[in-house]
Amino acid sequence: MSAPEDTPAPTASLADGVRAIVPLLIGVVPFGLVAGLTAVQTGQGWLGAVVFSVVVYAGAAQLAALDLLGGGTSVLVVVLTALVINSRYVLYSASLAPSLSEVPRTRRLLGSYLLTDQGYAVSLVRFRSPVDAPGRWRFYLGASTVMWATWQVSTVLGALVGGAVPSDVPLSFAVPLAFLALLVPVVTDTPTALAAVVSGVVVVVAYPLGTGAFPLAAVCGIAAGAALALLPRRTA
Amino acid sequence: MTTAGLVAAILIGLGTVALRGSVVVLAEKMGEVPPRVTQVLRMIPAASLAALVTPALFRPAGAFDLLSPELLAGVLALLVAWWTKNLFLTIVVGLVAVALLGLVL
Repeated sequence: MSAPEDTPAPTASLADGVRAIVPLLIGVVPFGLVAGLTAVQTGQGWLGAVVFSVVVYAGAAQLAALDLLGGGTSVLVVVLTALVINSRYVLYSASLAPSLSEVPRTRRLLGSYLLTDQGYAVSLVRFRSPVDAPGRWRFYLGASTVMWATWQVSTVLGALVGGAVPSDVPLSFAVPLAFLALLVPVVTDTPTALAAVVSGVVVVVAYPLGTGAFPLAAVCGIAAGAALALLPRRTA
Repeated sequence: MTTAGLVAAILIGLGTVALRGSVVVLAEKMGEVPPRVTQVLRMIPAASLAALVTPALFRPAGAFDLLSPELLAGVLALLVAWWTKNLFLTIVVGLVAVALLGLVL
């Protein structure tokens, strides 16, 4: 028997959200360790690791900001670079908005702070099947809170380990390697591949420009990829 | 923690909450994001991450270098990332490779 229109949608609990995100945390812990370690190695100390993790709470942006600060880049360029990296959250925010529109605004503000790639991914999958509005919020909050706690604990651990590692071990190379590992899954088709290649080439060629090279390269890459994606399809 | 680090963290934190909340907080006032805007936003992770990787591989010491331990280790790490999708393994293989190649090259 199929459910009639007026049957209430099934609900979801905090624990459902927690269960959904746990498998993804295996990838979060090492990333958090690297972020904490990088904070120490770039001279921000364990306090810097904690402040960046709590205030910024975005792995790729934290790594990039710490790396640039360590190289003496101006604060303005550091902030712009981090915000360009984090602009993907606009996409997640827009994607989740219809599912959370019945949640009170103060809770939505908390939910915004807690928004991550992982929390977004598991929520998107869960919300494809029917869940009532309170259940959607509980699921999202459960997944996002565990994600938050995992990130904080792993960055602190990374900072403690980082202080114990001699500075002549070339661990700073872990930063571009982490970005490389994050890059592979976001290159999903020809336009995103073009965006990556154009941006990667421009930043190397424009390197003598100094810190202006990054935003220039990112804009060129985004423009090239978007142009290809928006090109009218001509089928043969 | 340095003053520059603290200022940067606060500004990035405020900006990031604004980006994260951009649509969720205004959910009842905004409609769907236009498909054209989505296509542009979709390019951001690929373009920004690539720009953070390539200088460390092609200009490890500032000058353009096609035979550096970093570039060869980076290519190896790329293959590991591609096959395994494993962040931890990618970092470990890349670090070990750059250390070993540094002894040879």
